[in-house]
Amino acid sequence: MIFVTVGTQLPFPRLIDAMDELAPQLGEKVIAQCGPEGNGWQNIEVHDNNTPEEFRAYMREARVVVAHAGIGTILTAKQLGIPLIIVPRRIAFDEHRNDHQLATARYAEKLPGIHVAWTVDDLGPLLRQPNLEPAQDTPGPSHPALVSRLRRFVDED
Amino acid sequence: MTQKRILAIASGGGHWQQLMLMREAFEHQDVLYLTTLSGLPEQYDATPAKLVPDCNRNQKIATIKCAFIMLWRVLVFRPQMVISTGALPGVLALAFGKMVGAKTVWVDSVANAEEMSMSGMLARRFADLWMSQWEDVAKDAGAEFAGAVL
Repeated sequence: MIFVTVGTQLPFPRLIDAMDELAPQLGEKVIAQCGPEGNGWQNIEVHDNNTPEEFRAYMREARVVVAHAGIGTILTAKQLGIPLIIVPRRIAFDEHRNDHQLATARYAEKLPGIHVAWTVDDLGPLLRQPNLEPAQDTPGPSHPALVSRLRRFVDED
Repeated sequence: MTQKRILAIASGGGHWQQLMLMREAFEHQDVLYLTTLSGLPEQYDATPAKLVPDCNRNQKIATIKCAFIMLWRVLVFRPQMVISTGALPGVLALAFGKMVGAKTVWVDSVANAEEMSMSGMLARRFADLWMSQWEDVAKDAGAEFAGAVL
């Protein structure tokens, strides 16, 4: 199963449209959490939103997860060790208030198991790869430094 | 050593996950967790935990309601330190925390790779330690950078 998620805050029809179009060629069930304002998709199973438990269950079941470049989704994929393909939201398509997801994607692309589809045309080839590397539950390169700085502040005086 | 009372607060979703990834920094103290989504604390074994209603800048009534409940939680717990990763409920907690003499920490969400979040900008005046998880954003805003959870 392929799980698609766009987060709870904003719709992302460019991604859901692309997955709806791809689904018949993939021979695999596609379940999509499409956020607000969703309708009209033919080839995929669509939910507006999932509870946190449902969300994790779908993430766990999925062979691969396709998502916007949201931090919650990236952290969950890392925690569960699932291959993740992210499509950054773009301000040019009115998908977010700025292009911060591009910066997130550029950074996340260096992490193991996080794959970036810079445009929706990259989705097909990535989804057809049989053994997409899974994300890893290892701390990011500067995570320990952040924690130790905070701990120092917490324990002061 | 007596433990410090620390209020650790984040809205449901990515903010909360980031706060959980910073737990090692404070969980040896006397922590009260606050979040906006029921079920989340249990998922992460974060105890004791209490809920507060979520709010954002576009919801005046919800924000006032959230502020009253937050004020109540702060007055009852009397934190010596407040730590938040966002969003608006975290700003309220920092503001009320300052009022009762707590030290305050804001770690802006790693989602904000281009500029500090709007909540982060609001939190600035209440934060003793004001951080971004992006080096360039921190430099532009005058915040501190030490690392990122991603």
